[in-house]
This record gives sequence, structure tokens and C-alpha cells, in this order.
Amino acid sequence: MFDLERWEEIFDTIRKNKLRTFLTGLSVASGIFILVILLGIGEGMRNGISQEFKRDAANIIYIYTGVTSKEHKGLNPGRRIQMKNEDFNYTALKHQDDLEYRSSVFRIWNGIVNYGKESGSYRVEGVYPDYQFLENSGMIEGRFLNYKDHDNFEKVVVVGNKVRNDLFKDSKDPIGKYVQISGINFKVIGVYTDPGGEREESRVFMPLSTAQRVFGGANNIANMAFTLEPEESFEAALAASNRFSTDIENQLKESHTIAPDDESAVSINNSLENAKRFYDLMDMIKFFFWGVGICTIIAGVVGVSNIMLIIVKERTREIGIRKALGAEPLSIVGMVLHESIFVTAIAGFIGLIASLLLLEFVGPLIETQYIANPAVNFNVALTTVFILVLAGAIAGFFPAWRAARIKPIVALRDE
Amino acid sequence: MIEIKDLHKSYKMGSNSLHVLKGINFNVAEGELVSIMGSSGSGKSTLLNILGMLDEADSGSYTLDGVPIKDLNEKIAARYRNKFLGFIFQSFNLISYKNALDNVALPLYYQGMKRGERIEKAMSYLEKVGLADWAGHLPNELSGGQKQRVAIARALASDPKMLLADEPTGALDSKTSYEVMNLIQEINDEGRTILVVTHEPDIAAMTKRIVNLKDGKIIQDTRVNQVRALENV
Repeated sequence: MFDLERWEEIFDTIRKNKLRTFLTGLSVASGIFILVILLGIGEGMRNGISQEFKRDAANIIYIYTGVTSKEHKGLNPGRRIQMKNEDFNYTALKHQDDLEYRSSVFRIWNGIVNYGKESGSYRVEGVYPDYQFLENSGMIEGRFLNYKDHDNFEKVVVVGNKVRNDLFKDSKDPIGKYVQISGINFKVIGVYTDPGGEREESRVFMPLSTAQRVFGGANNIANMAFTLEPEESFEAALAASNRFSTDIENQLKESHTIAPDDESAVSINNSLENAKRFYDLMDMIKFFFWGVGICTIIAGVVGVSNIMLIIVKERTREIGIRKALGAEPLSIVGMVLHESIFVTAIAGFIGLIASLLLLEFVGPLIETQYIANPAVNFNVALTTVFILVLAGAIAGFFPAWRAARIKPIVALRDE
Repeated sequence: MIEIKDLHKSYKMGSNSLHVLKGINFNVAEGELVSIMGSSGSGKSTLLNILGMLDEADSGSYTLDGVPIKDLNEKIAARYRNKFLGFIFQSFNLISYKNALDNVALPLYYQGMKRGERIEKAMSYLEKVGLADWAGHLPNELSGGQKQRVAIARALASDPKMLLADEPTGALDSKTSYEVMNLIQEINDEGRTILVVTHEPDIAAMTKRIVNLKDGKIIQDTRVNQVRALENV
């Protein structure tokens, strides 16, 4: 391999047979190119779908109630189930060691919000301070609600970025200003942003206690949201959240006298469960892309070995001449293999670099909902190049070996 | 230089075998210029291939410069060919994508000689055959006579004990043929042993000894007065 004379001989041959070298290289380079692009798009789809889940905390569990559909213990179907603060407090206390963040939500209907001449209709919700983390919100200005606001029934609100832009068009700083909700003044203490985008940013949050008191909510809540403490693995987290979901469902059904098999009274939206479905789908897609990629590599290898066969056939006479001049069989095998490995390796790297450049520069320009930032693990790509070179060498070895075994006299007669 | 005793060779042609060489006994001393003549099918090419270690005999012994040539594996045969023999073919058999100089240097590459040394030596042999100015040309840019002279330079490059020429003038017109024969005679004059296979009597007459083959046997082996090729040019 490190024989300088051999290298000179190889370079000489390659230089004098540009077309042949180019064709061999092309099939290898395009194989690698297609594989890497496919893997990149697969990764991009994964990223894109993962981004869809970033709207809320990844492991959030929402609980909301509806109307019963079955009679139970003498109660008619069609009852509206209303969750109370006690439901939330009970759950929060019972699972306090397992829960990471917790909040109940009181929804204020007809949430018309005014500032000066500007007004808009937004979702106005009374929440606990933990809600910031449940919603995955970040603060742009000011602060989020805290427990002191809650305990003191403070009339303060945190508005979304879109709300800020709508209502405070001119004045840059909304902090400390007062907005009116249903004619009541609330002081703006913060502006948040949400990875879910505008829809998620057109909301206004105030302390739950304030909302219930000011808007006549008694101790009603519309829904509850929880996240559990992180687990070691996705499977463990999924199991824990399923356990929690079942437990809370049973508890609610018991305390509100709902039939255990009533599907519509209590709904639990477990985002891990949803995520699992998407990740399973992604794994399928990834698997499919790998399948296509492997097939591409096989096609590439077949292409290389085909060309190698032609090369050996074409060079039979030359091999005969070389043997007559004193070339040993191993040197013939070495010559053919050395050349093919060199060509496939260089071509493979060219294909790899071309596809990586394409992903690097064109990838970020792709703005489809389900594809984001397509990229490929460089090690994976490198591995495929080595596999291809190795497979090409193995595929090329047999024609080379056969060529080396041809008797020189037969090879010399070959026209 | 060459001692051959009772050499037999047959080829399998489907179910029946063709007995090509039927007991050849033949010696060549150092410095001889021998032509092997015979009509096609007489076994002269087969004999040359066996002498050139490109093919193997079924039975009989072959000694080259005191070295018994038998039970060769590919590797040893290749080494012997490189060290002992220089080939000159009817169809030249130059490597088409290498220039004249690199073609001449090829046997030296297989001797493991360094590139600089190799090129220098190859150049001196090209000069010897009068083609120093054509060193950078590819074979298809050369005339038939020039190609054969490059092939002769290549055969000489490894400084072999013996040159084997298989119809060296078969593809050339008579004027060029005589020029090539003149070169071969000059090389022989320097003391190198040369075997020429030919079916042309005028070419055979330019050697010092004519061996006549018919149906796989030597029917005549005579020393002749060499005709100098230069006289005919």
C-alpha cells in the first residue's frame, strides 16, 4: 500500500484512462450522494416533527372534562362534569413527589382586552406560575406570574408577544401599563414568547385566584395540566405518564360519580403517548430511508463490480503482456484492486462532500412544515463510504484474481 | 544455453487430444542466432511458448543456462521470465496507454528498480534502437517498424540471457523487416543468444542456424552462412 512505485504506476494508469476512471467514480459518487441526501431528509423530517412538539412541554398531560354519556348510580347521562379546585389540590398533593410542574386553568370567556383605543379578543386564562413551564414559554420582558400574585389576588397579567404587538403598537414598553379586561384594569407585568408561534402567543395569563374571584368563577377550573419528573428513558417516562393518567382518570371518575367505562366525561391528552406515535412513525420512515439507502449502495457496488469486470476484460491483453514481462500474479491483483479502491474512495468522498455541502447550504432554506434543518451524522456518512469502498474491493477482487490466473499465453492471444 | 530432451506436448480438444510436440531434442549454445521454421501447425509456436515459460510441457526436460525449468508456479515462472528472457511478438504487444519510454521501462519496474534509474536505463536502450527522439510518443503514434524496435528495446531492457522472437517481422513490409532483422543481427553480434520463429525463408536465411519443424518433430537442423540484412536494405 505504501509502495511509492506502485502509486506511480496507479496514477499513471488513471491519468491515461480518464473516461473509465470517471465512469467508475460517477457511479460511486452518485450512490453516496443519494444515500446521504436521503438520510439528511429523514433527519430533517425528524427535526420538523420534533419541532411540532416543542409548543408545549414534551411530557405534558392535559385533563379536561365534558358531558357524561352513561348513567351511573342512578344519575342520568348528559351531566356536565365541572372540575373544582379540590380536584386539582388533591391530585397535586397525592402525586407531589412525581410531579414536576402543575397548574389548573380557569378560562375567561369573552376575553376582550383593551389598551387605549386598541382592543382585541384573546384567550384569557387564570393559571398557576408553573404554567410558564407547561407551555414552554420564555419571557421577553418583565416576569411571569408568581405565587405571591396568586396569594394576594393581584390584578396583574402576562401577555403574549402577539398581544403586545397588537395593543401596544407605538409604545415600546408595556410593562407597568394597564389593560382593561371586561372593563377591569390589570397591570401588565411581563411579555412571553412561545415556540408554538402566533396562535400560542395571542393569550393573556393572570393568577388563577384573581381570575376566579374577579370573573365569578367560584372554585371552578376548566382543565388541569401536569408534567412528571424526568425519567431515565423514554420508555420509563411513557410508562410513568400512562400510570399517572390512569390514576387521575379513576380518581376523577370516582369523585364525580362517573361510570368507569364512560369515555366522554373525562379526557386526558397525554402528549408522550402522542409523541410515541410520531416517533414510531419516524422510526418507520428512517427505517425505510435506510432500506432505500442500502439498496442504493448495493446498486453502486454492482455498478463498480460491473465496471471492474469490463476493466479486467479490457486489460486482459495488457495483463498478459505484464505477466510475460515478469509480473507476478499478486502484483496483478494488487494493481487492479489498488486502483479500484483508490478510485472508489476518492469518488466516495467527492459524493459525500457534495451532498454534505448541499445539505449545509440548501438545507436551511427548506421551510416546509415537516422538514427542518436536514443534516446527517458525519460518522454515519463516513461509515457508508468505507462500506462502499470495502464492498467495491471485494466485488472487484474476483475479476482481478481471475485475471491474475489467466495464463499469459491465453491473454496474449486475446484480441 | 538451452538443453531440451524429449519434449512432449499435447492439447485437449474436446474428447480427443492433439499431440503437438512429439519428442523434441534440441540444444542452443550461447551467442547463437537460431531460426525455427515450419508451416503452421508444425508446433513451432508451441515450442517457443514452452521455451518462454508461457506454457508448460507435458514431459521431457528443459534446462536454461543450467537452471532446470520444471514444476514452476506462476510466481517463479514470472521471476524467471523477467530475469532470463526477453520477448518480441509479431503484434508488438506494447501497452497502448504508455509511451515508448515507459513501455521499455516496464520490465525494470517488475525487477523493483527505482523510477529514476529505470527511466535512465530505458532511455539508453531506446537510443540503442535509434528511437531516443520518440521516447514520449504513444505506440499508436509510431510506425510498425518503430513499434517493433520499441518492443526489442523492451526485450533488452532487463538484460536477459536470451531473446525469443515470435514472427518478429510478420506484420511488417520487407524493407522494414530487413531493418528489424539488421537490429536483431547487431544485437546477436554483441553476443546475445536469440531464437527467432518464422515461416519466411529469407528471414531464416539471416540467422546462423535453421531448425526445421514438421508435425511436432525436428526434421532438419543446419548451420547456414548468415545473410546480412543490411545488404538487402
